[in-house]
Amino acid sequence: MTESAPRPVETVEQHRSDLLNLRGSLQLRHVDAGSCNGCEMEIASIFSPVYDAEQYGIRLVASPRHADAALVTGPVTKNMAGPLRRTIEALGAPAVVIAIGDCARDCGVFAGAYGVEGSVTDVTEVHLEIPGCPPAPADIIAALRRLSPA
Amino acid sequence: MTIWLAAIALFGLTGAVGGTLAPARWRVIVVSACTVAAATSALVVSINVLHTGHVVSLATSRLLPFTGVQLHLDPMGALFVAITAVVAVAVALYNVGYAAHQPMTRSSACAFAIFVTSMLLVPAAWSVTTFLFGWELMAVASLVLVLTDHRRSPNVRSAAIWYAVLTQIGAASIAFALVLLAAQTGGQGFTVMVLHSAAASPWLRGTVFMLALAGFASKAGVVPLHVWLPKAHAEAPSAVSALMSAAMVNLGIYGILRVGDTLLGGGPSWWWITVIVLGVASAIYGSIHAATSTDLKRLLAYSTADNIGLVMIAVGTAGLLTATGHPSYAALALFAGMFHLVNHAVFKGTLFLSAGSVQYATGTRDLDQLGGLFTRMPIASTIFAVGTVAITALPPLCGFVSEWLLLQSLLHGLSSSVTVSVVLMPLGVAALALTGGLTAAAFVKAFGVGFLGIARSPAAADAHEPPRLMNVGSGLLASLCVLFGVVPVVMVGPLNSVVRVAQSTAGSIVGSRGEALAIANTRGVFDPTFIALALVTSMLAVLGARRYVSRRHAVRRAPVWGCGRELQTPRMTYTATSFAEPLQRVFDDVLQPSRDLDVSHRGESRYFVESVRFGTRGGDAFERLLYQPVFALVRGAANKARLLQNGSVHRYLAYGLGALVVVLVFAR
Repeated sequence: MTESAPRPVETVEQHRSDLLNLRGSLQLRHVDAGSCNGCEMEIASIFSPVYDAEQYGIRLVASPRHADAALVTGPVTKNMAGPLRRTIEALGAPAVVIAIGDCARDCGVFAGAYGVEGSVTDVTEVHLEIPGCPPAPADIIAALRRLSPA
Repeated sequence: MTIWLAAIALFGLTGAVGGTLAPARWRVIVVSACTVAAATSALVVSINVLHTGHVVSLATSRLLPFTGVQLHLDPMGALFVAITAVVAVAVALYNVGYAAHQPMTRSSACAFAIFVTSMLLVPAAWSVTTFLFGWELMAVASLVLVLTDHRRSPNVRSAAIWYAVLTQIGAASIAFALVLLAAQTGGQGFTVMVLHSAAASPWLRGTVFMLALAGFASKAGVVPLHVWLPKAHAEAPSAVSALMSAAMVNLGIYGILRVGDTLLGGGPSWWWITVIVLGVASAIYGSIHAATSTDLKRLLAYSTADNIGLVMIAVGTAGLLTATGHPSYAALALFAGMFHLVNHAVFKGTLFLSAGSVQYATGTRDLDQLGGLFTRMPIASTIFAVGTVAITALPPLCGFVSEWLLLQSLLHGLSSSVTVSVVLMPLGVAALALTGGLTAAAFVKAFGVGFLGIARSPAAADAHEPPRLMNVGSGLLASLCVLFGVVPVVMVGPLNSVVRVAQSTAGSIVGSRGEALAIANTRGVFDPTFIALALVTSMLAVLGARRYVSRRHAVRRAPVWGCGRELQTPRMTYTATSFAEPLQRVFDDVLQPSRDLDVSHRGESRYFVESVRFGTRGGDAFERLLYQPVFALVRGAANKARLLQNGSVHRYLAYGLGALVVVLVFAR
């Protein structure tokens, strides 16, 4: 595999100390808040045989009730702002919110569009940001492994 | 004790006259007080008879011309009197609460008192005329009560006509059977009949039993004579439905037992096989319809057909096992059947009365329009929930005990080596299992859709608790559901004395060992009290553990996860219709619903559809396939007969002339 070394991951400073308790297991509920589906392609590929995120205990689950963290992609559209808040409310405490991709961080090319409410930071507290448009699978895995080291 | 028997009639008559004469404000008080007094007298005498086993009798030649009145209350009749009395007390209390909303009319006040009194006296009747007099009084009074709301909807009138016709056909059949037997035995008193019926020819005995069975089955709502049941129970006021379903239909079973076991002294296998087959058909057909009905009271009515079917299976099994020489298992079957009859009366009374509370609070009985009632009327809903658990035969309530005993008796029946019982008993067990499942589906639907979830209509959203006395009435019966389920030993003595009369045996089949039930000739005991205690203890343990755990962690309350959905409207929720849809598909051949598919196309081209309308109507297949052809035949014959009667005076004069000529020619 010829791939460049992972780029540095920007994390928001306000870490909670208990986030570090997620050792070796990270259950994620994915929320598409208005993405172009580029980030979804990359998220799908981290579970492919090539990257195999499950070997680090990272898994997508079907309900926020089962999840440790919300994996949010895309700028938050007006229609998805409510559902996103409800999803985060439905997570078990301590809830971690991961903003993935440039759109989730600062609305990217969709900034100021008529249907966009704002970035994920505008809607809710974010604990981990993964930059890139879209971020490479290796970057995503590297960032997620910082949340749940082996 | 005789004085109490007379007191029933006296209080009943006072109620009927007082209810008619009293001013509107006092009417319901007078009628209910007299009904409660009559029912209390009935309870005193019937409980005494059940406990001592002594018969109470009363004969007077002054009341009915030429024949007199003969009353004679034995334990078998006393059980039915006691059931009716308890239900009547609950309904009388309920009526007082209900009258605040809609005052009782003069006719229904009078009919109510007469209806209850006649039901209390029919099981004590000991001659053909007394019996038929009481029976007809009961039929007419209940018909007047069914017609209470006749101004509201033409459906009420149609239901009343169905009821009147079927009940009168039944009464005619019963009258014919009893008169036939009286002619054969040379007396219309039941005592004479008992003495001489054995001497009659088997064919005559068979005819009498079959005629009586047909007549009593129409009162009990047994398939295929059940068609009046869902109509009349649904359209009558709920208090009347409760009385009819919890007390009146029982008398059909009483009649079958009285004629089959007492008057004819038991019979050959084929009588009882017929009873079992009718019971199985009723149980399965009733429970399928209950599972697919969306009208709350129609559902309850079909479930009555189902439960009466189970009692018929028990009665038939008892008769069959006696005929094939297994009297002890027969006694067990009869014990179970009678216990189920008692339980059916209390839980169906509870359910009908609380369905009435729902109708009072929301103005509808359509489950698709209800929902969310539990938060708005918690007491009435809890009472309905108790009835639901009891009817689905879940421990620790009463339905469980009797259905378990019934299952036991059917399984013990298997051990007999007679071919017919070996074939029939598994059929009964299968029917019991199938109806158990379908009843659970029906009542999960009734409670889940009707009382939980969100309100599906403004009427359901505005629901409120009914007047306190209505809840007291239904709550009284609900508490009996709990009593008979948790401490069933209280019923062992009375039921054993009933079984002793019907089976003419000396011993008792179900004994009590402490608080447990012990079946004679078998190992092991059945201890519903222990089951109830274990259930309550384990539930408390789980709740306590939960409390203990949550005390150590902070509890955060969050809304139910609905996939982030913003809006929840009643149209998005599961309705009773959609809940029943899979069952409706499975039982399509039985239900035979009529489907209307109406596609209208655009004028320009048939390739473009303007609108599609789809609807299903679940009528009763028996009504369409059995009754309508008969009606068509009668109507056709009547139309043919019209040729003779065309209203022309000339033609009638010609008939007269013709008749005169015929008479002159032949009567020379």
